[in-house]
Amino acid sequence: MDEKTSNIQRLSNPTAYWSSVAGFIALMLLVIGAVYYATVTVEYQWRWYKAPKYFMYIETVTIYADSNGEVKEIKENGDKFDVIITDDLGDITYTVPKGSYELDEGDFTSPGDKIAEYVGGWKPGLLAIGLWTTLKISFISTILGILLGVIGGVARVSDTPILKWTAITYVEIIRGSPLLVQIMIAYFVLGTTINKLLYMNGFGTLDPEWYGVAALSVFTGAYVVEIVRAGIGAIHPGQVEAARSGGMTYFQSMYNIILPQALKTILPPLAGQFINLIKDSSLLGMIAIRELTKATREGITTSLQAFELWILCAILYLFMTFTLSMCVQYLERRTATK
Amino acid sequence: MIEVKNIYKTFFVPHEVKALVDVSNKIEAGEVVVVIGPSGSGKSTFLRCLNRLETAEQGQILVDGVDIFDPKVDINKVRAEMGMVFQSFNLFPHLSILGNVTITQKLVRKRSKVERERKAMAILEKVGIADKAHAHPSNLSGGQQQRVAIARVLAMDPKIMLFDEPTSALDPEMIGEVLDVMKTLAREGMTMVCVTHEMGFAKEVADRVIFMDEGKIVEEGTPKHFFENPDHDRTKLFLKQIL
Repeated sequence: MDEKTSNIQRLSNPTAYWSSVAGFIALMLLVIGAVYYATVTVEYQWRWYKAPKYFMYIETVTIYADSNGEVKEIKENGDKFDVIITDDLGDITYTVPKGSYELDEGDFTSPGDKIAEYVGGWKPGLLAIGLWTTLKISFISTILGILLGVIGGVARVSDTPILKWTAITYVEIIRGSPLLVQIMIAYFVLGTTINKLLYMNGFGTLDPEWYGVAALSVFTGAYVVEIVRAGIGAIHPGQVEAARSGGMTYFQSMYNIILPQALKTILPPLAGQFINLIKDSSLLGMIAIRELTKATREGITTSLQAFELWILCAILYLFMTFTLSMCVQYLERRTATK
Repeated sequence: MIEVKNIYKTFFVPHEVKALVDVSNKIEAGEVVVVIGPSGSGKSTFLRCLNRLETAEQGQILVDGVDIFDPKVDINKVRAEMGMVFQSFNLFPHLSILGNVTITQKLVRKRSKVERERKAMAILEKVGIADKAHAHPSNLSGGQQQRVAIARVLAMDPKIMLFDEPTSALDPEMIGEVLDVMKTLAREGMTMVCVTHEMGFAKEVADRVIFMDEGKIVEEGTPKHFFENPDHDRTKLFLKQIL
């Protein structure tokens, strides 16, 4: 019991304390048990043994012919074999392991015929792919969100109208509309326009991921602007005066004196914002980004194991947000000792 | 060295206050000027105008012939030559004492690490606080913090030092140690403008005393003249109340 408790809350009697702990555990077990019992009553078939394959599975590769052709040649290629099939359009080479094919030179193939079947090795499952995408998108958006927020926050407290008013406009517009709508605009309005412009000028188009990252970072950045502004506002004005009266420029005093001090007060609300960012990334499934939530939905459409997969999905989000808040608590303790 | 020509300053928050009304003065190199006056007399505003922490709405201030209210002036260059010591010390709490005394040298004077640390240690030695070089400001007493603030300014080799009530926030037994440092500086020929309530300091080291009330300079002269034989009734009343 290293947490501080007031005298009002403290249970002085150890028996009372431990029976209260036991009560808590019993309550949790009761809730889980009740849910489980209810699901069994409605005849849901729990199949947790199917869960691991959504993280990792051994892939079986099957290759089918896609045209009428003839096996021209089979030759060794290292420890594998090249099966070369000739059709109307020319030669097609399939490189497959030894023993995985049942063809001989001179055999004919029709579309849909099995050419080879072999074990391909470990592959990441749907949830692993989704988790990785969510982590990647959240990480990039966090970095961009901090950049936008700090630049915007410094602009917000400056006296120059173009900086200050731009920052205010940005914050008010972004905070005044739902993130889902912003994601739709980022992809279907801006995305369509930008991709078309890129295409017309001979460049490749951008993936939806980039529009998703843009929407999330712009959204988070607006909130970070306000957090940074509050953090800067909490610093005694004498600090700026001391820095500026020594001959530092505005930006030197911001970067070297004000922001390092503001960071300490900014850290806890910033952490909350980035925890929200991880959770908000679940909306990106709406623009065909296969993040964790969308991957879960895809998994359910094929397996129908809705209960297991949604619970797993929630646990994975919890795992990410909990890790982040642990990291921030560690940082807070480190900055507090200084 | 500093020439103040007819400056006016009005504050509108929370209500209209005429902080400076047609103030003119001339501060020569090597001079120690002490500005005294009741609270709200505009003495701090006067001091803060000298390095443009406040801008006057009328009038001119020439520092070594440069008009500091001219928008084209690089004010940071002017400020680098004018150190300021504050009532509330304003040390940088996230930096060590050494960090406080080196950071402006690094950013403004662009001195090398070895050079600025040698300079910092020499000055901390001078103000008697070298043994605390690696402590943080929060671990120092008020008097020690103010001496560090003076050291931070001295490290920049300023031509002028401005003191804004440097001892007002200190416990009585710590005032002496700060005043001792200031007296040493005065003896060494530093140009100083000092807003203070320390009459003893004014008598002992000032070359000239300026008395301000209601935004105007009421009286100025040598300490002897000011304390023993002032011309104005307002000055006499003020001296009667405080002495």
